[in-house]
Amino acid sequence: MTRVPTLLRYRGREGMLAWAFHRISGIGIFAFVVLHVVDIYLVGGNPELYDEVLDFYASVPGRLLEVVLGAALLYHALNGLRIIIIDLWPRMTVYHRALWWGSWVIFILLGVPGALIILRPVWLPLLQGLGLG
Amino acid sequence: MSISRYSRARVRPSGSRREVFYWYLMRITGLMLFVLALAHFSILHFIWDPAEQTAEFVINERWNRLFWRGFDWLLLMMVLFHGFIGMRTVVLDYIRPPRWRTLLLWLLYGLAVVLFVIGTQVIVTLPLSGAE
Repeated sequence: MTRVPTLLRYRGREGMLAWAFHRISGIGIFAFVVLHVVDIYLVGGNPELYDEVLDFYASVPGRLLEVVLGAALLYHALNGLRIIIIDLWPRMTVYHRALWWGSWVIFILLGVPGALIILRPVWLPLLQGLGLG
Repeated sequence: MSISRYSRARVRPSGSRREVFYWYLMRITGLMLFVLALAHFSILHFIWDPAEQTAEFVINERWNRLFWRGFDWLLLMMVLFHGFIGMRTVVLDYIRPPRWRTLLLWLLYGLAVVLFVIGTQVIVTLPLSGAE
């Protein structure tokens, strides 16, 4: 058998996308956790450097990255719950597509307001600039 | 089990007791993280804003109660198990040569130990200034 990367070899459609997104978001969250444990260590080790890191987190590029992080976290959490539901009640497999689309509905309902709150310092000045704020 | 293979991320392994243990561990820590990680993210982005968060804030506000230190330490433990067993799966899936596999797994576990030590150290040793 010719060797094809595992990511491209899977079964396709919703089940494959759910799995691929789960893996990509998981690796992304892992990378942030490594950074985050190191940055929180600085509170004790080097508080000035910690404050500088947090200045970046509070900046516009930092906030955009936090929205990406939050999206990865929320997707991974919801899809993980979907996996556990199917593991516990295998008959739910029949509805796995409905569960997948349902998880996206919850993702949008929670994620959009969350992103708007995190990005407040981006859009609030824009509104005020237009005389709407 | 044939129908379930379609949509499960990973069928519960049979045979190796270690793999079965990891399979359950991922689900139990995953459920805990559903609560702990989402609460942690929400508290520090929706209740507080990163713009207010300095080292002083962490000492005087965020970690001035033992409860929140315990909460974040539990989160750290769950993240370490879930994140590193998850990354182990990724390494086993993509890295075939046995020597590279072993090397990467050791590096991964080494990193887990470092994060455990520095994360625990900062939670335990930071002075409880305004402790209640």
